[in-house]
Amino acid sequence: MNPRLQEAFEQVPALLADHVLLSAAALLLGLTVALPLAVGASRKDRLRQFALGAASLVQTIPGLALLALFYPLLLALNSLLAPLDVALPALGFLPALLALGLYAVLPILRNAVTGIVGIDPAIIEAADGVGMTPRQKLRLVEAPLAAPVVMAGIRTATVWTIGAATLSTTVGQPSLGDMIFAGLQTQNWTLVLVGCLAAAALALTADALLGLIESGIAQRRRWMIGTGLVALLAGVTLALAPLVLAQSRSDVVTIGAKGFSEQYILARLIGDRLEGAGYEVRYREGLGSAIAFEALARGDVDVYVDYTGTLWTNAMRRNDNPPRDEMLEQLSNWISETREARVLGRLGFENTYAFAVTQETARRHGLQSIDDLAGVAPQFTMGTDVEFLNRPEWTSIRTSYGLDFAATQSYQPTFMYRAVESGRADIITAFSSDGRIAASNLFVLSDPRGAIPNYDAVLMVSPGRADEERFIAALTPLLDAISVEAMREANYMVDRDAEKASPSEAAQWLAEQIAR
Amino acid sequence: MDRKNGPAVRFDGLEKSFDGGASFAVESLSLEIVGGSFVALVGESGSGKSTLLKMINRLVDPSAGTVKIAGEPVEEQNPADLRRHIGYVFQNIGLFPHMSVAENIMIIPRLGAGEIVNTVPELLDLVGLPVDVSERLPSELSGGQQQRVGVARALAGEPGLMLMDEPFGALDPVTRDQLGETYRALHDRLGLTTIMVTHDMAEALIIADRILVMSEGRIVADGPPETLLAGEGGAEANALIAVPKGQMAKLRKLEERS
Repeated sequence: MNPRLQEAFEQVPALLADHVLLSAAALLLGLTVALPLAVGASRKDRLRQFALGAASLVQTIPGLALLALFYPLLLALNSLLAPLDVALPALGFLPALLALGLYAVLPILRNAVTGIVGIDPAIIEAADGVGMTPRQKLRLVEAPLAAPVVMAGIRTATVWTIGAATLSTTVGQPSLGDMIFAGLQTQNWTLVLVGCLAAAALALTADALLGLIESGIAQRRRWMIGTGLVALLAGVTLALAPLVLAQSRSDVVTIGAKGFSEQYILARLIGDRLEGAGYEVRYREGLGSAIAFEALARGDVDVYVDYTGTLWTNAMRRNDNPPRDEMLEQLSNWISETREARVLGRLGFENTYAFAVTQETARRHGLQSIDDLAGVAPQFTMGTDVEFLNRPEWTSIRTSYGLDFAATQSYQPTFMYRAVESGRADIITAFSSDGRIAASNLFVLSDPRGAIPNYDAVLMVSPGRADEERFIAALTPLLDAISVEAMREANYMVDRDAEKASPSEAAQWLAEQIAR
Repeated sequence: MDRKNGPAVRFDGLEKSFDGGASFAVESLSLEIVGGSFVALVGESGSGKSTLLKMINRLVDPSAGTVKIAGEPVEEQNPADLRRHIGYVFQNIGLFPHMSVAENIMIIPRLGAGEIVNTVPELLDLVGLPVDVSERLPSELSGGQQQRVGVARALAGEPGLMLMDEPFGALDPVTRDQLGETYRALHDRLGLTTIMVTHDMAEALIIADRILVMSEGRIVADGPPETLLAGEGGAEANALIAVPKGQMAKLRKLEERS
C-alpha cells in the first residue's frame, strides 16, 4: 500500500472510536433534552413556540463558533464554582459534548413535536374517551404513533452530529477531524480524504441502522428494531473498549500541537523521543493557541511547543518588549508560579512574524524595512493567518509604524503563501521558520523599531510532568538543538507541493540532523 | 354479558360557554334520563348536542351546573376512571391504527379497569363480526366493520351507559341501517342506557325511545317518537320531521305511478 495511505489508515481506528463515543454521547444528551421538552411543547402552545425558537436560534450559530463559545463559558462557570472546589474541564470532551448535544436538540425536538401534534385528533379523542390518563396516552398512543417521525429527526440529528463532531478537534477533543485539520494544514490530501471518508462512512452506517429501526417501527417488525439497536450498541461498545483497556495500561503521555506544520513535526519529534524512553504517547493536534496553553496548565496535554512572544502577549497580557533572555526568564517564573507548569527551555530557533513581499514588489516600491511600508500600505492588501489580526502584536506593530492597509484578508497558512505569490495579497505576515519564504523567494522586511516581539520556540511541560526525571531527561537533548535552517527545511519537506513528506518523516529527518 | 339496568342520568342547571358567558353552547339545562332508556339528541350543527354529550363523560367540563350518573356527580370522579366505565362511540371512530382489532377492543381492561369479563371473540360476536378479524389492523377493515369494532371496544369496559356521537354518520345507508339495528338489539339485550347524538331525525325516530330536540343550546322538544310524529313537538321538531316525511311522500308517489 502507498505509505501515505497506510499512515492515514493507521490513524483511523483510535480517532474513529473517539468520534463514535463523542457523537453517541452528544446524541444521548440531545435526546434527553429534546424528548421531554417535545412532550411538554406538544401540550402547551407557548412552550412550543419558545422551545422551537430557542432551538432554531442555536442552530444558526456556526458549529465551530458554538464549540469555541463553550470554552469561555465553562471557564466562567468554573470561576463561579471555585468556592465549591469544583473544576469542570473547559477543554476536550465536555465542551464538545455540550455544543454537539445542543446542536442535536433541534431536529429531534422539531420532529417529535410535529409527530405528536400531527396525530389524527380522532385518535386522541378516542384515547381520552376510553379513559387513558395523560401518561397512558403518551405511552400507548402518542409515542408509538409519533415514533417514525421522531426517528426521522434522530436520523437527521445523527448525521449532523457526526459531521459537526469533526470540529471538536479545535477544542482539544480528538475526532476524525484531527485528520482533516492536520491534512489541511500540511496539504496532505490523502489524510483529509481518509478522514472525510471515515466520517462519512460512519454517518451513513449510523443513518442506515437508524433507518432500519425506523422501518421496523413503521412496519411493526420487531427483528428490524432489534437488529438496528444491537448493531448500534455493538458499535458504541467497540468504541468504548480501547478506553476501558487504556485505563489499565501504564503511563500515556499526551503531546499537544497547534494547527500548523511545524507543530505537527515537533509533536512527532517529541513523541518519538518519549517512545524511545518507554512512554506510550498520543497526540492532540490542531489546538488553538490559547487552548493549547490552558490544556497544558490543566494537564490535559503533557508537553507541547509554544513561542515566547505568544505567551508573553496572550497568556501574560504584556505589551512591552524586553530583551530575549529577560523575556524568557520572566515568562518561566510567571508560568511556574501561576500554572505550576514548566518552561523547559529553548529549542534553538525562532518563529517570529515576518512581513514578506515578493522580490518584485520589494524592488518596485523600494522596500527594505517595515518603515518603508507605511507610505505604500494604503494601496496594499495584507494577507495574514487567521489569528494575527486579533493578536496584540498586530496592534503594537501597527501603532509603531503607522500602518494602514487598504484591505486585510485571513488565510490558512498554506493559502496565505499562495495569495502573495499570485498577487491577491501584496504582503503577508509569514513565519520566519517557514521553508516557503525561501522556496517562494520572498523578501522579508526588517523591523528596525523592534516592534515584533521575540518568538523563541520553547518546550512546555505540564505541572504533572515538571519534576519527572525520566520525562525531562528524554526531552533535554532537544534543547538548543534545532537551528532555524533545519526547522525551515523540515517544514518545507511537509509544505512543498511535490514529494511531500509526512510530519513523522520530517520529524525523523530532523532527529537525524540533531544527532549529527 | 348479563342484562342489567343502565344508570339514570340527570342534568341540573347545566351550562357551557366557550367564550366566558357571551354565548352558550348549552344553556341552563335540567332534565332526567331514565335508566335503561334509549335517548336520541337531535339538532342542527352547532345546536350544542355534542357539547352536552361530552359533559357527561367530562371530555368537556361545564361552566355551571352538574351532571349526575346514578345519583353521583361526575365532577367528583377521576375523569380517566369515569370514562373507563362509560362507553363512548363517535363518528370518526378513532381506532388506534398501530394496534390490532383485538388490542383495540381490549384497551379498556388493559388500562386497569378491573378484571377481564368478556373475551375478544364474545365481544366480536356481540357486534356481529367474525372472530378472524381480531388479528387484523383497523386499516384492513371497511368503515362499517371499523365502527363495529368501535362499539365492541366501548362495550369491553362493561359500561351501563353508552354515549354515541353521530356513531353511524360516516357510513353508507345500508351499513348504517344494519348497524343501527344491531346496536338497538344490543341495547335491549344488555339493558344499557344509551344517549345518541344525531342530526338525522329519521334515524332518531326509528331507533330511540325518547327524542330531545336541541336548538341554540336549549331543549326545544322532548317526547317519544309517536308524539313527535303526531306533530305535538313544536315548530322546530316539526320542521325536522317534515324532511323525512316529505321524502317518504315523494317515494310513495313514485311507487304508485309505476
